Amino acid sequence: MIVSVASGKGGTGKTTVSVNLARTIGSGVQLLDCDVEEPNAHLFLRGNETGSDVVTIPIPEVDESLCDGCGECSRLCRYHAIVSFGSTPLVFPDLCHGCGGCALVCPHGAIRETGKRIGVVETRDADGITLIQGRLDIGVAMAPPLIRAVKARLKTGTTAILDAPPGTSCPVIATVRGSDFVVLVTEPTPFGLHDLRLAVDMIRELSIPFGVVVNRMGAGDDRVHRFCRGEDIPILLEILDDRRIAEAYSRGELVVDALPDHASHFATLLWNIREETRNTGGQAEG
Amino acid sequence: MSDSTVEELVIISGKGGTGKTSIAASFAVLAGFPVIADCDVDAADMHLILAPSVRERHEFRCGNEAVIRPAGCTGCGKCLELCRFGAIVAGGEGEAYVVDPVACEGCGVCVRFCPARAIDFPEPLCGEWMVSETRCGPMVHARLGIAAENSGKLVSTVRREARRLAGENGSRLVLVDGPPGIGCPVIASMTGTSQALVVTEPTVSGEHDLERVLKLARHFGIPASVCVNKWDLNPGMTERIEALTVRSGARIAGRIRYDRGVTLAQMQEKAVVETDTPAADDIRRVWDSLGL
Amino acid sequence: MKVAFTTSGTTLDAPMDPRFGRAQGFIVYDTENDTFEAVDNRQVLNSAHGAGIQATEAIVRQGAGCVVTGHCGPNAHRALTAAGIRIYSTEAPTVAEALEAYRAGALDTLNSADVDGHWS
Repeated sequence: MIVSVASGKGGTGKTTVSVNLARTIGSGVQLLDCDVEEPNAHLFLRGNETGSDVVTIPIPEVDESLCDGCGECSRLCRYHAIVSFGSTPLVFPDLCHGCGGCALVCPHGAIRETGKRIGVVETRDADGITLIQGRLDIGVAMAPPLIRAVKARLKTGTTAILDAPPGTSCPVIATVRGSDFVVLVTEPTPFGLHDLRLAVDMIRELSIPFGVVVNRMGAGDDRVHRFCRGEDIPILLEILDDRRIAEAYSRGELVVDALPDHASHFATLLWNIREETRNTGGQAEG
Repeated sequence: MSDSTVEELVIISGKGGTGKTSIAASFAVLAGFPVIADCDVDAADMHLILAPSVRERHEFRCGNEAVIRPAGCTGCGKCLELCRFGAIVAGGEGEAYVVDPVACEGCGVCVRFCPARAIDFPEPLCGEWMVSETRCGPMVHARLGIAAENSGKLVSTVRREARRLAGENGSRLVLVDGPPGIGCPVIASMTGTSQALVVTEPTVSGEHDLERVLKLARHFGIPASVCVNKWDLNPGMTERIEALTVRSGARIAGRIRYDRGVTLAQMQEKAVVETDTPAADDIRRVWDSLGL
Repeated sequence: MKVAFTTSGTTLDAPMDPRFGRAQGFIVYDTENDTFEAVDNRQVLNSAHGAGIQATEAIVRQGAGCVVTGHCGPNAHRALTAAGIRIYSTEAPTVAEALEAYRAGALDTLNSADVDGHWS
């Protein structure tokens, strides 16, 4: 079972839910931190690093002795990553998406592809939890290929939790595609509801079953609950607005370790996720 | 008239949910009629506080998207073989293959190499951007379609229009509410600005992400200052973050206390400084320290 | 020689635009016969990436041999250099004043990028 934890708005407690859920499932679970711009799960599940791989995307390299400056590559490239002014083309690696079109279109076989580093994928073992995280290099704009590299390390047959980046754009989609279930974490506030609506639209577009976790219950009002009732969206868990949770989080501690009175919440969440996937199992829409 | 006379302050956070938008909305009140640019186009929330009345709407188109014409498709599978983004998938009745618009990166390789020339390459509608009036000044904001790519381009559009408005109105300041993270849209929201304020929180994640976002600011040569929101949740961590700020060559802009009144202000659709909750004073001090 | 000036206007008294790739437009001035043409760059302005490269392509199409602008990022600098276009930097407020400085030979050549280029 693959469960993605996402949220329209950042800072709603996505990582808190992911790491505590992983700890509740325990040994054998995989936790994939797909928030490659700001990976945070390792701050809560420290463990030992067991591997680190550099991730590259293929970019063109032009053999000047074969190139006659025809400019076919330049005309094909939508990203202006390879440009010819009537002579050997220039390559702009930071603009290249790695589609391979220039190498295919070159009539002289003058273009071969070479790897350009965009970040790393690190693997850690934290008390039986396998944490796999991507880390995008500073100044690199392209997250989705790195997210795909993180997900390529996903082992089938075990439970995997995917911590998604915030928002609803391409990196989030790259994360949640192929999941069996999505947990959307939100807050009972105007910002929380507004961003939850966007996230719900996105998940419905992808036809993945989903439910909602309401964090900081009591800080706002019942607008998220009313929305979920109206849309027939299950609420999987409510986490009270408790300053102790915020403080434990600030120190990098898991809620299930630091505040035993809250530990049962995550067991409930796990149970609810399993119930929901059973109910919707095999069906497209949640 | 020229851009160079207009100051541009971008408010970013690295980590999401640190209170960036609440602070940006308060600055909009304190700045005395700036032009406001909501560049958190993925999850634009500023309008929930500033209640804009929309004056203009513009379509936003970005890139191209491959579309297979079923009538022309011979089902040879060349597109499937060449696509590196997993965007060619098996179709339903009468369609050998279709393009998954969410996965398509718009590279055009399938379009170019389809032996039957059965793939079109239209420019899809990716969202819209708006120019509005608010009680604090004109605002440019946007809405990105679901799964739309190129939010960096939309951010650039919003900023360009905000600068243009500032030139027209003689405004001195463009206030940019940036997106979280350090990727494409963040880069687009901060390059070429006069200064960046990073709103962080005293948590292990806040510290970790601050380090990355300050590196980004340095990479692009933007003077940065840092304010710690909810600082009293973890005073020790606040000190560590401020030490990190100084070590990184950034400036400390002040501390904002943990205050439930910040959420209450949001519930009433008010900027924090439009209420008399204690954190409002802290935000005013941070604003004063920016020298704008 | 055709000289391209980055500007936000369409006349010689228009202000210079200090950016190259993301300039509103160009005035391409022909020093042989003292005529000029305004070229709109807003299409490029709207693109997310590679603005400096696309602007260079536009300048090449106009047949300009040099560019007078404020600043120039690394991608644009590489592209302009590869296309054999000289880059001059100026702080002159208007196109007319920049043109005068160009004629007087008072402009500095930009031998390397002087700003970071991404999406600025």
